[in-house]
Amino acid sequence: MKTDDLINALAADAKSVEPPIARTVAIAVGVGALISGLLFLWALGVRDNFAESMVSSLRFVFKFVLTLSLAIPAYVLVRGLSRPDFEPGKKLWWLALAPALLLVAILLELVSVPPDQWHARMIGQNAMACLIVIPLLSLAPLVAVLYALHQGAPANPAIAGAVGGLLSAGIAATLYASHCPDDSPLFLAAWYTIGTVVMTAIGALAGSRFLRW
Amino acid sequence: MDRKARDAEWTDLMRSAIAGDQAAYRRLLSELSPVLRGVVRRGFAGVGVPREDVEDVVQDALLAIHLKRHTWDQTMSLGPWVMAIVRNKMIDDLRRRGRRPEVPVDLSEFEFEGEDQQASIDAHDVERVLGRLSGKNRDIVQSISIDGQSARDVAQRLGMSEVAVRVALHRSLKALADTYQEKKL
Repeated sequence: MKTDDLINALAADAKSVEPPIARTVAIAVGVGALISGLLFLWALGVRDNFAESMVSSLRFVFKFVLTLSLAIPAYVLVRGLSRPDFEPGKKLWWLALAPALLLVAILLELVSVPPDQWHARMIGQNAMACLIVIPLLSLAPLVAVLYALHQGAPANPAIAGAVGGLLSAGIAATLYASHCPDDSPLFLAAWYTIGTVVMTAIGALAGSRFLRW
Repeated sequence: MDRKARDAEWTDLMRSAIAGDQAAYRRLLSELSPVLRGVVRRGFAGVGVPREDVEDVVQDALLAIHLKRHTWDQTMSLGPWVMAIVRNKMIDDLRRRGRRPEVPVDLSEFEFEGEDQQASIDAHDVERVLGRLSGKNRDIVQSISIDGQSARDVAQRLGMSEVAVRVALHRSLKALADTYQEKKL
């Protein structure tokens, strides 16, 4: 077929344009987060002293500062990465915000807590639940964001998928943090991190496999 | 016309096209295709890619521009987006040939000079894929593309609604793009 003939067909299909990709990403992430949120409320729910902790415990509040400092930059990046002409460059450094905050919090915790309690704080009460629940709650947002990226045209499918995985873990961790009884930054560093790394790896693999266009 | 003015014109045409202006869209694609041909040929210079293979990449890029145009941010200019698409398709093509995917297309400083004004030639890939479509879908695509009929004419001839013809056309174009994908697996 000649290219001019192909253009005839493309022009005839001019009215088939889909909604802007940024809107698709926003809706998909919203739906994914909503599904996980409902699942979370149905299966676990926020912890009993949630309201009290929000005003009295700096450690508890920090958990949300940390998870949102991951989720929000990851969302903004994913929205960009869905476009072929987006060049992340230095913007990828936004993802260093959460690790940097965590590092500062760990140092403060080590200074303010006697060394004989470090180990107990890190192990916490419910590490297994954290390891299982964060990946599970990540699933709906991950599928949703991969769907949206599939509608897009990511220049680098593996990176787009990986940041999608980070975003899904950030959403799941934000939900789980409101249930989890362990508030120490040492606990977050040990256990939340594992779920996040796992979801990032899954996202990268799925991205390189399913996001080519 | 210098590069900036041309990019501004393309940007306007694509905005109109996305708003539903078919004539603007046709003009844009017609202006883009020789530029794409020039970019692909220069990018592949020295790689020894046959002429009809260059045209395959041009057609693959046009299909991607069409099916992914909702990923263009309308507040930005169109040129860098188009170059990102064609660059991606060139890299895919080189990968398929088992070569190192290094394409010298600088997205920030894309050039329109040296474009190829020769008329387009036949490319194999789309032709091959057309053969895989169902009889009716193949008929629709061929009537509209090669014979230049309107969707309404084709609808009347086949006893279908115009909407059904448009839907079939859109699905067939997606199938064409997917077949390029299959080749990569």
